[in-house]
Order: sequence, then structure tokens, then C-alpha cells
Amino acid sequence: MTVLFTVLSLSILATVLAAIVVLADYKLNDYGICKIDINNGARSLEVNGGSSLLSSLASQKIFIPSACGGKATCGLCKVTLVESVGPVLPTEEPFISEAEREAGVRLSCQVKVKQDLKIRIPDEFFNIKQYRTRVSEIKQLTHDIKQFRFQLLEPTTIDFKAGQYVQIDSKPYGKVTEAVSRAYSISSVPSENNIIELIIRLVPGGICTTFLHEHVNEGDEITFAGPFGDFYLHEGGDELIFIAGGSGLAPIRSLVLDILEKNLEKKMKFFFGAVRRRDLYYLDFFRELEEKYDNFTYIPALSGATPEDEWDGEQGLITDVVARHVPDAERRQAYLCGSPGMINACVQVLTKIGFSRDAIFFDEF
Amino acid sequence: MGSAPAISPLVIFLASIFSSNMVLSNFLGMCSFISVSSEYKTASGLGKAVALVMVFTTILNWLIYHYVMIPLGLDYLRYLIFIIVIAATVQIIEMVMDRYLSDLHMKLGIFLPLITVNCAILGISLFMVIRSYGFLQTLVFGLGSGLGWWLAIAALAAIREKMAGKELPRGLEGPALTFIITGLMALAFVGFSGMFVVM
Repeated sequence: MTVLFTVLSLSILATVLAAIVVLADYKLNDYGICKIDINNGARSLEVNGGSSLLSSLASQKIFIPSACGGKATCGLCKVTLVESVGPVLPTEEPFISEAEREAGVRLSCQVKVKQDLKIRIPDEFFNIKQYRTRVSEIKQLTHDIKQFRFQLLEPTTIDFKAGQYVQIDSKPYGKVTEAVSRAYSISSVPSENNIIELIIRLVPGGICTTFLHEHVNEGDEITFAGPFGDFYLHEGGDELIFIAGGSGLAPIRSLVLDILEKNLEKKMKFFFGAVRRRDLYYLDFFRELEEKYDNFTYIPALSGATPEDEWDGEQGLITDVVARHVPDAERRQAYLCGSPGMINACVQVLTKIGFSRDAIFFDEF
Repeated sequence: MGSAPAISPLVIFLASIFSSNMVLSNFLGMCSFISVSSEYKTASGLGKAVALVMVFTTILNWLIYHYVMIPLGLDYLRYLIFIIVIAATVQIIEMVMDRYLSDLHMKLGIFLPLITVNCAILGISLFMVIRSYGFLQTLVFGLGSGLGWWLAIAALAAIREKMAGKELPRGLEGPALTFIITGLMALAFVGFSGMFVVM
């Protein structure tokens, strides 16, 4: 009897309090309809106030890049508030530089929509959509790298620039209860606009790569948002130096194929760094391209080749190989994709050769 | 309620700030006291938020204790009920602040959810029951304890800020020295006892 009474009275009290909290949330969190003006009238939205700017924009199909999903830990979802609505919160401080603070930059996941807002975002963001896809092909490229092909279901086509990336949404699996979204560069060409291909290396302990490698099968439905990023072909540069390692080959493949397809008058040198023979993939593919096109050179290099690899190509660290083949920075641009360590080392070597910082491009993730 | 001890509210107020300081003499709310006290600004923000929540939750818990729990004979459930009430109150305070006191919310907002699990808050509610305080006594007890907690963490943070960058013996870096400072502060606060006695 006492037990029953205890449980009952506790439940009633908890219910009453929960009801009060819900009611308070309903009453207090109702800011009515708020207008969001984007890029000085380019788009104007009406949203129900009370949610974060990030999710309010997403509800209107405007996707701001965000890898953490609104927890203020990735610092990607930056937007500029033309009219300030309050100071930068302590949660945002690690991500906002002094110059950005002056310019009104905020993390959109930390700004709550309570009144009409005027914001500025890069024009590319309007092109970002959420895509529903079906995995149509999974290919094992090396012992730890797989290629995934996604058939777009809705929308059925995607408009992206070669070199850009998408954010795949993982689903909970096994002991992982959270769904995350992670960024991967597209390796297919923009002209094939009803599919995308991604090249993904299994990161031990990685939530999303483990999901893709071990829990996704051909025929499964997967969603992603995109395209994101400014790692695409930039003006200037008669000769393009591409340097990649591991799964960093993906955006370079897209860029090279796009340039060849469009017959752009550019010379290209593609350096691909790996440790052993077994880490090389798409070897024949790029060698065939090299034979077919005069303006494309492919230079794979192994840093740890052993006799059994029977390797007669370039050897050594990719930075040394690049230094041997690139005499100066005259009319050249460099596009890098790989681990942060590889990128740092390459930027150092390229700077030594004479490349200015604005002739070197890479994605920071 | 008629049995409330005849201690003057003023004495309770002063005692709960100084000689019976929640953190320095009862050692409640130590986790955030140690971890959020490296910067004065942040620490003071947390202190204010704790003070605010303490006042509201003690009053509310007093009312619920005397008008709901005692009549229904639910006294033995006070730990659970107090915690639920505290959690709900913090939620509502956060929403009200967000709506009407936007500036304050920007400064204190991120601390509010942390406070739900601050044991000093629950401690106050339990003390007021054990000491059978009346309404006015509870009110000043909550207010005084809140201000005391604020004073303590702000003082500790100010001291730690002054010490930042100073060379220390390796074993004393970080929390170690913070505990020693806390101990010294506690000694200083104990110096107030005898001026006001609260049981």
C-alpha cells in the first residue's frame, strides 16, 4: 500500500511539474512569426520563432554546414548577422576570431530566433539540399578503403562543382546510439548528376566510417546534405599540381576528370602518396588517362616500398617527390587533399618552392 | 510550523553567508566550485545563477514540503521530490529569463542547466527541513546561502586569476593548489563563527 501510494504520489507530482514545464515552454517560447532576411533581400523567410537559427533555416530547406548537429562543437555553421542580436556566447567563443566578432559572425546553432533577423550567408548555401539516395554499388578499393556509389532518389539530380564535399548522415548501429553527419569529398564528375561517388577509408573507432564500411549494404537508403566547400577549381594557374594521400584521391579524381571533360587548357600533375603497393588504387585508371591525354601526368609514389612490392616508380615521402618534379611556382596552383599532417608538410614544401598561400587550396577537415 | 526555532532572520542571513557558508563550512557544491573557478567573470556568473536558483527553489520546496508533503505524509520522499522540483524550477527560470531578461540569459544561460546537479541547492532544501525553519527564515537562509556561495566562488576565482602563470612546484599545479586555497579560505570564514550561531 505504501509502495503504491509512494509511486502514485511521485508520478502525480512529476506529471504536474512536467505539465507546468511544457505549458511554460509553449507560452514563453512562442515568439510568433519571425522574418529572416538573407543576403539583403535575396531570400526572405517566415519561421516560427523559438528555435535555433540553424534549425529554423534547415526547416526552410536552407542548409548551413554543420558537422555536430547544433552542439557548438564543430564551429562550422557560421553566418553573419547584419544587425546584432546580442553578444557572442561563451559556447561560441572558441570558434569566433576577433575580426569575425567585429563583422557580426555567429554560430547559427547558438542564435535563437526571437525577432526579425537580417543575415548574410555565402550564395552557394542556397544550392545546398538534403538528398535521399540508394546505395547502388560498394567497391573494395584497398584493404581499408571502399568506394560507395549513391543513386539520387529525391531530388534526382545534384548540381555541384568538382572538388566539393557532402555530409553523410549515419544511423545508430550496434552500441552507437547517436546519429552523426560527416563530410566526404565527391569523387565522381559533376556531369554525372544523378549519382555521386565517395571514397571512404575506414577510420578505426570512427562512428560514420564504421557505419558505412560495416553496416551499409547495396540497396540501403542513405541521406546526405550538400554540396559544401570551396575546394574547387579557382581562376588562374596554367599548371595544376594535385597532391593526395589515402582517400584524399576522391576530390582530385573529380577535378581531373572535370577538367579533361571540359577540355580546359591546363596542364596537370597528380602526385599520389602511399606507403606500400597495397595502398595504391585507381592505378590503372590514372595510367590510362596519362596515356590518353598529353596534359595529364600521374606520379604515384611509395614511401615504404619493400622488394616484394616490385615497385619501379617514384619512392620517398610525397613532399620530396613533389620537390623533385616542381621547379618553381610560376603560373602554377596546388590542390591538396589528405591528412592534416600531409597537408601541413606539403604547404611547407610548396611555400619553399615559391607558391604563395593563395595559390594553395585544401579542405580543412 | 509553529515549532520554528526563534532565530532572528538577520542572524540566519549573515551566518549563511559567512560562518556557515555552504561551500566553505559544509563543503557542498564543491564540483563546480573547483572546476568553474579559473576565471573571475565566469565564476561570478555561475555564482549569481546559483544564488538566484537557490532563492527560488528553497521557497518553492518549503511551500511544497509544508503544504503537500506533510499533509500527505510524504516526508520520507523529500530527497526525490526536492530534486524533481529543483530540476523543473531551473527549466522554468531559464525559459522566463530567455524571454524577458535576454541580457541576463546571455550571461547566465549556459550555467543554469549545470546548477540542477549542484548539491548545495539540494542541501539548502534539506537543511531547512532538518532545522525546521519558518517561511521568512527559509527565505533569508536561501538568499544568504546563495550570496555566500557566490562570494566564495568569486573570491576563489579572483585568487586563482592572480596566481595564473605563476611558477608552482609541479605537484601543486591545478586542483591541488585550489584545494589548499579553499582550505585557507574556509579557515578565514570560520573566523566569523561565534559572531552568529546557527544550529
